[in-house]
Amino acid sequence: MNKEEYQKLIKAKKPKEPKLKNALIAFFTGGFMGFFCEILSKLLIVWLGIPKSFSYGIICFLLILCASFFTALGFFDNLIVKYKCGLIIPTTGFAHSVTSSALEYKNDGMITGLGSNFFKLAGSVILYGIVSAFFLCLLKVICYA
Amino acid sequence: MPSLKFKNVYLKDYFTIVGPKEKQSKLKKYDLDFDDYYFETKTFEMAEIKMQKMVIDNLLKKNNIDYIIGGDLINQIAISSYAARNCGIPFVGIYSACSSFVEALLLASTIIDSENAQNIICLTSSHNLTAEKQYRYPTEYGNTKPHTATTTATGAVGAVVSKEKSRIMIKNGTFGKIIDLGVNDANHMGAVMAPACADTIHNHLINNKKKPDDYDLILTGDLGKIGINILKEYYKNAFNETLNNVVDSGSEIYKQNQDTYSGGSGPCCLPLYFFCNILTKEKYHKILLVGTGSLHTPVLVNQHQTIPAISHVIEIEVL
Repeated sequence: MNKEEYQKLIKAKKPKEPKLKNALIAFFTGGFMGFFCEILSKLLIVWLGIPKSFSYGIICFLLILCASFFTALGFFDNLIVKYKCGLIIPTTGFAHSVTSSALEYKNDGMITGLGSNFFKLAGSVILYGIVSAFFLCLLKVICYA
Repeated sequence: MPSLKFKNVYLKDYFTIVGPKEKQSKLKKYDLDFDDYYFETKTFEMAEIKMQKMVIDNLLKKNNIDYIIGGDLINQIAISSYAARNCGIPFVGIYSACSSFVEALLLASTIIDSENAQNIICLTSSHNLTAEKQYRYPTEYGNTKPHTATTTATGAVGAVVSKEKSRIMIKNGTFGKIIDLGVNDANHMGAVMAPACADTIHNHLINNKKKPDDYDLILTGDLGKIGINILKEYYKNAFNETLNNVVDSGSEIYKQNQDTYSGGSGPCCLPLYFFCNILTKEKYHKILLVGTGSLHTPVLVNQHQTIPAISHVIEIEVL
């Protein structure tokens, strides 16, 4: 059996991933979280009398805090596996990746372990986020100049 | 490559330790279990070292050991080396990923057969969370995996290969070739290892002029639920022969309700299932143990290199 035939055999035996189901789970989880945060934001505006932008900041802070705290308690990874991109794409996913790396490498030392591995998973998000933001801003300047 | 034939080589003693998930699995009659992945240590690596150290200490209590042959999954086979330090016994470190235990048995049997030693410990272990850390993502990171992925088993196994007669006889064995059929998916190790597994089984049968049905059981290592089906199909296509009595330890070790994707993996998977399940049944007498190892590193996988695999076979007769 050559490599091509073997690849065909693997393909035939490989179970199909339920992509539509995963997408729907992510859509509804992410949507519910957005809906819940919007309600909380409105309540904060009414209760505390703060501007909209400030209430969004507080919500973002709460999401990061909860994701990091739940990761440290050891059950947020199970929630992510269950609800997938609904929790990975929002800022909760970023907080989870940073906290899990920090927890993993804390025993390897503050500099050589935690410090150098803190952005192990989130580094790509930061780098390509900044690069994308730069080019989009450049495009904006060119278009509107 | 001819097979190795042994006279008067036996498995005299063994000691098994299982982790929290394996405690709930189909394994029975293990010697020690623990509930916490830290195993009363500060890190997962230290927990795995402690497991191996306890295996060595327990086997040393009852046996005079000449050599320790050991291997594991962690970089520079650090776990086995750290576990065997200060025990005053010559140590041979080996690595062939999840087939390390069978490789150790083959090497130990060769040394015993040549009458250069009386008793040798063959040692291996794996820890789900040290393997996750090394090969995949941080342990607390919720990584979604495909159904082809396997779950590294947590446990440690040590067996004493000896000249002294016992009910488990090692008859012969075959070292395998490294085979790469162009698979580069580290989450589908069953597909990576199946051709190497089939090739070594076939070579062993040819060398010993036997058929698959001559054995009560052909027990493979950690191909997983999908990998074992690939092996059967591949074997039929490549060698025009059917493997009817093949069982995969990785597919069988966990219960259905334990969420383990395609099954278990790791170098301790095969010996744990053999010692803590197959031997307890007293149903199988002629057994072929087939260790399967995926020889990849995360660095070369990230560089899009295809993954080589290896498989070693040892024939056991339970008297």
